[in-house]
Amino acid sequence: MTVTSKGPLCPERQMSPRPYDVAVVGAGVVGTAIARELARHPHLHIALLEASADVGDGTSKANTAILHTGFDAVPGSLEARLVREGQRLLAAYAAESGIPVEPVGALLVAWDDAQLDALPGLLEKAGRNGYDAARIIGADETRAREPHLGPGVLGALDVPGESIICPWTTTLAYATQAVRSGVELHLNTRVETVSSEGGDHLLATSRGALRARFLVNAAGLNADVLDRLVLGAGDFTVTPRRGQLIVFDELARDLVRHILLPVPTALGKGVLVAPTVYGNVLLGPTAEDLDDKEATGTTADGLDGLLTKGRRILPALLDEEVTAVYAGLRAATEHDDYRIRCHKERRYVTVGGIRSTGLTASMAIAAHVAGLIAEADAGLDLEEPVEPAPVHMPNLGEAFPRPYQRADLIATDPAYGTIVCHCERVTRGEIRDALISTVPPASLEGLRRRTRARGGRCQGFYCGAAVRALHEGRGEWGPE
Amino acid sequence: MTRRQRSVDVIVVGAGPAGLAAARGLADHGVGVVEVLEREAVAGGVPRHCHHRGFGRWGVTGPQYAARTVEAALGSGARVRTGVTATGWAGPLTLDTTGPHGLERIAARAVVLATGARERPRSARLVPGTRPAGVLTTGELQQAVHLHAQRVGTRAVVVGAEPVGYAALSALRRAGVTVAALTTEEPRHQLGRAWAAAARLGHGVPVLTGATVAELLGRGRVSGVRLRHRDGRLTTVDCDTVVFTGDFVPDHELARRGGVALDPGTRGPAVDGAFRTGADGVFAVGNVLHAVEPALWAAREGALAADAVRGFLDGSGPARGGPAIEVAAPLRWVAPNRAVPQVPVDAFVLRTSQALTRPVLVVTQDGRRLHRQYVPRRALPNRTLHLAGRWTRSVDATGGPVRITVGGPRGGNLGAATE
Repeated sequence: MTVTSKGPLCPERQMSPRPYDVAVVGAGVVGTAIARELARHPHLHIALLEASADVGDGTSKANTAILHTGFDAVPGSLEARLVREGQRLLAAYAAESGIPVEPVGALLVAWDDAQLDALPGLLEKAGRNGYDAARIIGADETRAREPHLGPGVLGALDVPGESIICPWTTTLAYATQAVRSGVELHLNTRVETVSSEGGDHLLATSRGALRARFLVNAAGLNADVLDRLVLGAGDFTVTPRRGQLIVFDELARDLVRHILLPVPTALGKGVLVAPTVYGNVLLGPTAEDLDDKEATGTTADGLDGLLTKGRRILPALLDEEVTAVYAGLRAATEHDDYRIRCHKERRYVTVGGIRSTGLTASMAIAAHVAGLIAEADAGLDLEEPVEPAPVHMPNLGEAFPRPYQRADLIATDPAYGTIVCHCERVTRGEIRDALISTVPPASLEGLRRRTRARGGRCQGFYCGAAVRALHEGRGEWGPE
Repeated sequence: MTRRQRSVDVIVVGAGPAGLAAARGLADHGVGVVEVLEREAVAGGVPRHCHHRGFGRWGVTGPQYAARTVEAALGSGARVRTGVTATGWAGPLTLDTTGPHGLERIAARAVVLATGARERPRSARLVPGTRPAGVLTTGELQQAVHLHAQRVGTRAVVVGAEPVGYAALSALRRAGVTVAALTTEEPRHQLGRAWAAAARLGHGVPVLTGATVAELLGRGRVSGVRLRHRDGRLTTVDCDTVVFTGDFVPDHELARRGGVALDPGTRGPAVDGAFRTGADGVFAVGNVLHAVEPALWAAREGALAADAVRGFLDGSGPARGGPAIEVAAPLRWVAPNRAVPQVPVDAFVLRTSQALTRPVLVVTQDGRRLHRQYVPRRALPNRTLHLAGRWTRSVDATGGPVRITVGGPRGGNLGAATE
């Protein structure tokens, strides 16, 4: 198993880098899914390159964590198809891999006449997207199902198939399975230039040169930049769309039962209130088109706006403590659909414009990309895939037993009974497991995404120093 | 079911100053099995990592004080179990626990919640900006420096000028960190004259009042703090560490999970002068009631609560109930916050949201004045304000809520806020 994060990619004495069959650029949820999909062909020599120090460290870590049905996609679009297929694939994969999913369902709550009038159109669109379980419910039923909603509810579209999911475990499961199947994951590896040599791609990266027969661009926010590096021109531009979110403490969880989606109207999209699999409540996102691909800061105006909207939707929510404020950037483009293009002659696939639905669609995108590579007939043998050994990810979800609740586990190892992070009830055993896992965390942030440690209401007041001590002392448990 | 089930007489949750004092008071009087559950690996509570002096009657350091209180509790015969977390309730007086030795379900005749308080972190204060490393609370800072000898940074901004801000300064100094500034949104600091002088003169730390943290800067590691000053001006202070101090909130999770009613002001369990919560047999003491008072005050409550718990166990305690005690702005909260005429109270603790110059506190019930008290000094936000408690005996147990207001000097209801 190969995961590298420093030093040259190619040993100094070796004149020419050993070529990979495929290099996937970008280890977000899409890139890791593609690497995992391609790794089903064990004879392929695959590299997964990531500019950051961890997988899932960009758009994939800061989203609304929803497994969509695709009921509101643009009918007939590639996105609609891949979200629909991806939802089914990921739901099955999650069940098998221990990725927490809760099928809580969604309500699109109408607060004014314009929103109420939009519901039949949305219902009809759901039907055209092959989703038949949605229905319109009245104000009384809406209120009965969500008793803490603010005053003025007029009705809702009930979409029972929408679920909440752990986005961190999803990316990590893909990456883990890919690496265990032979994919070489190179972190802290930013692609600087791409040239062509003897039909291969020669990538100059921040960690030296790398050669690959086939290149997959899953660079997310930077997919347009990479496209221009490879093709000299591009057919889309990524305009980062910032979404600021507020996470409320677990003690707010009883206030909301469904994902409360906004009803999109001509006047704007509104914000959602949704439970998370960790037992928190999310409020957001904003939608701000920016030109800075690193502007992941929150703003006073953004947070104020969310609180104003949140107070309308679920007034009691604002009495609860906030455990996190964050902002993510969606890779929006000028196009309505995903931009997935295969350039056969260049042995290159661009996977661009994967917006907020990318988490749901990830496995279907990966299968689609593998299909494009097979069609490209680049001399890569993609016949007869082998199913990889299943992965069993540590459970971060509240709907499933966590280690601190399991007498059986604690009996085998008392470290699972030793709670270190008290707010989130993360044990020493879980932190140790994460630190010696296949794709270990590079930072305390990475450790939080793998265990929830330091992610709760105290943000480290009680446990911060102890968690840091475990992280810094990881040599105690295995190789760095 | 693989939970071991057993019974004790009293469970105390939390082995800080209040919990240990309660356990000691109970065990000293021969109340059967008194078991203290402490989720940390070491008992003693927050004083364990407060290395400054001033704890207890003799002004010892925090760790010395913590060691003494643990010893005293053990000496009385109380059990103190560390590394054991009360994760939830299995019944009105039954707790589920997790520890390295497995899961338990412990039933008791009374439960004392002494779960303490914590500082609100950056996120709860809704401070905008990026999410860099190097941003912490005093609690984390003290543990990093004093318990783990971790490197902290080189240049820090301390947010908040309550007394705990001074504790943060001392931990930073120990860690060799330069303090660029101590800032507070309040128009004046609340450090106390001696500490403020020590900060300014002794350590050359500028104290910036009327300055709000508008944004945190930096990717990966924090690189600076943008401050908005009273006149609207924005300035940037470069730093690699930001310590958010004070702004304490009760750690009320276990209380809430048990359906124990909270006081809207303190956000801790609502209690009467005998530390009885709304749930029969569940008591609460220490800083979960009032975030935060000094260790000595918490310990005093623990000792008083021990008497009340004994009264409950032998059925000699006064009847529960009694009206709620409410405060009017600029007062923020009062504790205890229920009045029972038969339960004597020495003193109430209050907080104000604004500085008040020599205020007069007026206590009324249904328009009837129960008490009027002149406070011969300035009352500052985040600092203790005491109110004598003799008046509780004249409360009408069946009447409306008791109200505490800030009155004018001649008994009127003029707001005496000066800033």
